[in-house]
Amino acid sequence: MRVMYLVKSNHPGPPTPELGEAMGKLADREIKAGRMLENGGLMPLSTGAQVRIEDGKLSLIDGPFVEAKEVVGGFAIFELRDKDEAIAMATEFMQLHKDLMPGWYGTCEIRFFATPPHTR
Amino acid sequence: MSPTHRAILAVWRIEQPRLITSLARMLRDVPLAEDLSQESLIAALEHWPRDGVPEKPGAWLMATAKRRALDHLRRGIMLARKHTQVALELEQQEQAMPDFDSALDDDIGDELLRLIFTACHPLLSREARAALALRMICGLTTAEIARAFLLSESAIAQRIVRAKRTLSDSGLGYETPRGAELSARLSSVLEVVYLIFNEGYTAARGDDWMRPQLCAEALRMGRALAAIAPGEPEVHGLVSLMELNASRQAARTDAAGDPVLMADQNRALWDQLQIRRGLQALTRAQELGGGDGFYGLQAAIIACHARAATAEATDWARIASLYAHLAALAPSPVIALNRAVAVGMAHGPQAGLVLVDSLMEEPALKAYHLLPSVRGDLLFKLGRHAEARAAFECAAALTGNRREQEFLRRRAAACSNI
Repeated sequence: MRVMYLVKSNHPGPPTPELGEAMGKLADREIKAGRMLENGGLMPLSTGAQVRIEDGKLSLIDGPFVEAKEVVGGFAIFELRDKDEAIAMATEFMQLHKDLMPGWYGTCEIRFFATPPHTR
Repeated sequence: MSPTHRAILAVWRIEQPRLITSLARMLRDVPLAEDLSQESLIAALEHWPRDGVPEKPGAWLMATAKRRALDHLRRGIMLARKHTQVALELEQQEQAMPDFDSALDDDIGDELLRLIFTACHPLLSREARAALALRMICGLTTAEIARAFLLSESAIAQRIVRAKRTLSDSGLGYETPRGAELSARLSSVLEVVYLIFNEGYTAARGDDWMRPQLCAEALRMGRALAAIAPGEPEVHGLVSLMELNASRQAARTDAAGDPVLMADQNRALWDQLQIRRGLQALTRAQELGGGDGFYGLQAAIIACHARAATAEATDWARIASLYAHLAALAPSPVIALNRAVAVGMAHGPQAGLVLVDSLMEEPALKAYHLLPSVRGDLLFKLGRHAEARAAFECAAALTGNRREQEFLRRRAAACSNI
């Protein structure tokens, strides 16, 4: 099954060099294991924008942004066997953050891709 | 299976390639490394439900597996020469318990390649290679492999034990082909990956879910090969072929589970991410000079379908020409039949029928239901309805698949209603 990981946090600043390196190695291992299809880190929301519909009105918000609890900072797409594998992978990834970037907090959200109803 | 057991198995599957490759490097024996990695799983199943899952489960499994390896060496089962050297290394490694960060340090590409080439050694039968690959590379249990191949667990267990013994006995349990030898041995690997994929691809919905899962496992192996042997054109060709075929999965059957012909499939259900990956892999194969390879050509044929927004937009002339190349490269009656279909679409049913009729005496196709089925279709298009009906009936009698039989009977019946 295809799964997207969304890493959310509002901890300021980029990953420590140690974490960056460890994540790079994990990514390399997962590509070579044939499990990871895509991944990427995202620039802070302040450099992006939001196009929003509220009360039927379309508007552009180009900053400043209301402080969100957690924003998406990175994503990855994997092809995995089942939910257990998806959880194990996310746990390993988050353990790296715990070990190599003390004080960091956040969530790794596990979301499965939607498939046509008759194939489920 | 309890949630804890499932969670343990999941962690183990993720760690298993690294476990085997690390142990194999120490023991100089891939089959033995696989045994010991299994023992670390058994240990985890014993300890974790009681003590909780450790914070770094990968490091725990690795430490446990390495301890087993050391025990094994101490029992003196290994050759004395290897023993001294390897045991010394192990002692040193045991002093410094491996932690997760150092575990991530090794580049496992080379070791993975060795693992794959050992599991798919040409000395083993195709079936043994497939079972061993699923076990050693994908971490499937014997029970899962048995379910996937519709065989008994004991048959698969025997197949695996025998294969591993063959490798160890012949001293082939630890070697990596390089350079020209790698390319030569590659076909034995790709053949197995494609066999596994096709086992899954031909499974019907409603079958045990392990069968279609084989497609995913084969794709995983293909993607892994492409990442660790990126210079091999046929690897990319096979990956492309598998990605593009798998991209149609959701459209291949209807809500009732009946097969849907490609021309009638809802192309909105085709997996665009997978098509993109498949086309990229094909480009890579062609850039590396693999456009004329066995897998590269097949991928190029499927790519013609993937690129067509509608069935009518399919470039049949190109498909027919690619099939001519493929038939020259790998002469086979089935490829000749596929070529006849493409020619029929590109240059009209009469041109296709000439080719099909030339195959009627082919012994290999005597009981092949697709031959009369294709013939029936061409005759139908030519307005020769009575002959078409006879051909469809003949095809229906030859197929063992109930759904296909019903489909062919419906086509036969449709010939009389005109």
